[in-house]
Amino acid sequence: MKKYTNTGNKDTRSGFGAGLTELGKTNENVVALCADLTGSLKMDDFKNNHPERFFQIGIAEANMIGIAAGMTIGGKIPFTGTFANFSTGRVYDQIRQSVAYSDKNVKICASHAGVTLGEDGATHQILEDLGLMKMLPGMTVINTCDFNQTKAATLAIADHEGPVYLRFGRPKVANFTAEDQNFEIGKAVVLSEGNDVTIIATGHLVWEALQAAEQLEAKGISAEVINIHTIKPLDEEAILTSVKKTGCVVTAEEHNFLGGLGESVARTLSMNHPAPQEFVATMDTFGESGTPEQLMAKYGLNAEAIVNAAEKVKNRK
Amino acid sequence: MPNTQQLEEFISQVRRDILRQVHKVNSGHPGGSLGCAEFFTALYQEIMEHNSNFNMHGEGEDLFFLSNGHISPVFYSVLARSGYFPVEELSTFRLIDSRLQGHPTTHEGLPGVRIASGSLGQGMSVAIGAALSKKLNKDSRLVYTLHGDGELQEGQNWEAIMYAAGNKVDNLISTIDLNGQQIDGSTENVLPMGDLKAKFEAFGWEVLEIAEGNNILKVIEGLNEAKSRTGKGKPVCILMTTEMGHGVDFMMYSHKWHGVAPNDEQLETALAQNPETLGDY
Repeated sequence: MKKYTNTGNKDTRSGFGAGLTELGKTNENVVALCADLTGSLKMDDFKNNHPERFFQIGIAEANMIGIAAGMTIGGKIPFTGTFANFSTGRVYDQIRQSVAYSDKNVKICASHAGVTLGEDGATHQILEDLGLMKMLPGMTVINTCDFNQTKAATLAIADHEGPVYLRFGRPKVANFTAEDQNFEIGKAVVLSEGNDVTIIATGHLVWEALQAAEQLEAKGISAEVINIHTIKPLDEEAILTSVKKTGCVVTAEEHNFLGGLGESVARTLSMNHPAPQEFVATMDTFGESGTPEQLMAKYGLNAEAIVNAAEKVKNRK
Repeated sequence: MPNTQQLEEFISQVRRDILRQVHKVNSGHPGGSLGCAEFFTALYQEIMEHNSNFNMHGEGEDLFFLSNGHISPVFYSVLARSGYFPVEELSTFRLIDSRLQGHPTTHEGLPGVRIASGSLGQGMSVAIGAALSKKLNKDSRLVYTLHGDGELQEGQNWEAIMYAAGNKVDNLISTIDLNGQQIDGSTENVLPMGDLKAKFEAFGWEVLEIAEGNNILKVIEGLNEAKSRTGKGKPVCILMTTEMGHGVDFMMYSHKWHGVAPNDEQLETALAQNPETLGDY
């Protein structure tokens, strides 16, 4: 299988910050709003370089979403920044009415998604956000896997007309995708080709999927690894092409198995090409305090869990 | 001086439009709409610099955001009669395949609407965003909003009120429609909101009052006064007292007509009190 090199662990939120810094220089319509988490979202550079285009809203996320929607009138491209929990569940109706239904060009940028937020615990670890956002008509939903891809996605969404939910996280994880990649919204990336099982992963689980594929290779199982950075619109063609070849699939995400990537893949398969599927995801549960590694292990969100799921699904063919 | 007779004729026709829209589909919100006929007429006929050849970005124009979207009948009537879309289209209010949805939306492309509203409490935040956008674009025009008084029970308003004062959003004029009524009864009975003037002032807003919100000249005078107070470091709030159902005797002094349409006989009585002036659609 194709090998990828980790060029050094980095947090995806810093990829967002780096992308925003670049947008500050290249796109004068980009404005940034933050609800008292500038440092956590790595928005300091943008704030310092473009104080007139940075808006500190305070701890008032509902107001932030509304202001962002209003700023699009007059041609601004607002990027809002706060934790994923406060970017979605807390402000669902504001996003629904003032952004999605109103067709506003707002980029909702959400850090600290999932259990890898760590010690702060379940109050802050949202595992339902992908589901909430993908249900909104017209919303583009993206969950990037590493620093480089998050930076590339941040640049790409500025050029995309329409509301976007961009999800990333807190921990330092492997940085392995190309620095100069062309990020194409809605286009899956086949990271490694294989014949026995398809592994479709998003976010932090993509690197785990690559590790799992190596372990499976050692066991004589050939896995195809697909990085689905865009949950919606979903690249159904890439999914179907691969599953028609391998005959089974494992989906992997740091999200509840209800409402996440796995369900989108299952719907695609059931409508077009039914095939056995196993879900690597949280199983309708809240998270808890712990280190990211401990939580990934406890909730079955790592390479080992993907290997087990792949062996299981292969036997169901 | 505004031409009072012309404005009164416009208002009478707007009231007819409101009544006929809600009657036809036996749904919608006549009470608050009737109470705000003077306000909308003042804004679109006298106060705002605006272009009925609609452009979403509205550069170089004054903008208006309706936060309490349920009074869409008055909004639609005034937009149509100000040239935004054909008045005949008012006959499609709340019908299937219409641009005139129950609550206003941009989603069907109705000219004059810049944000969806209906779920309450979101309009002021949106208006602040538009006002900030104007400042970034060095556009000196103003942003106007309208909110129900009951709507102020939604917490997001107070986030917005705090932000606008703290950040000197002084190109914003937010009017509160003090009709004292909400669905379940009077605001005093549902949730007393205390001294709103003192509250806005405590948050750092410039506050003025229009005691007679159903007197067109007083509304124009109040809005002009509000305009004169913009650009001075504070957002401006107008507390405008209106009578829900104004212009139709049996609809006044009660919350009963918040969301109820008149029947055939009631419509006839109501229309007789508001003569046709500009031609029914």
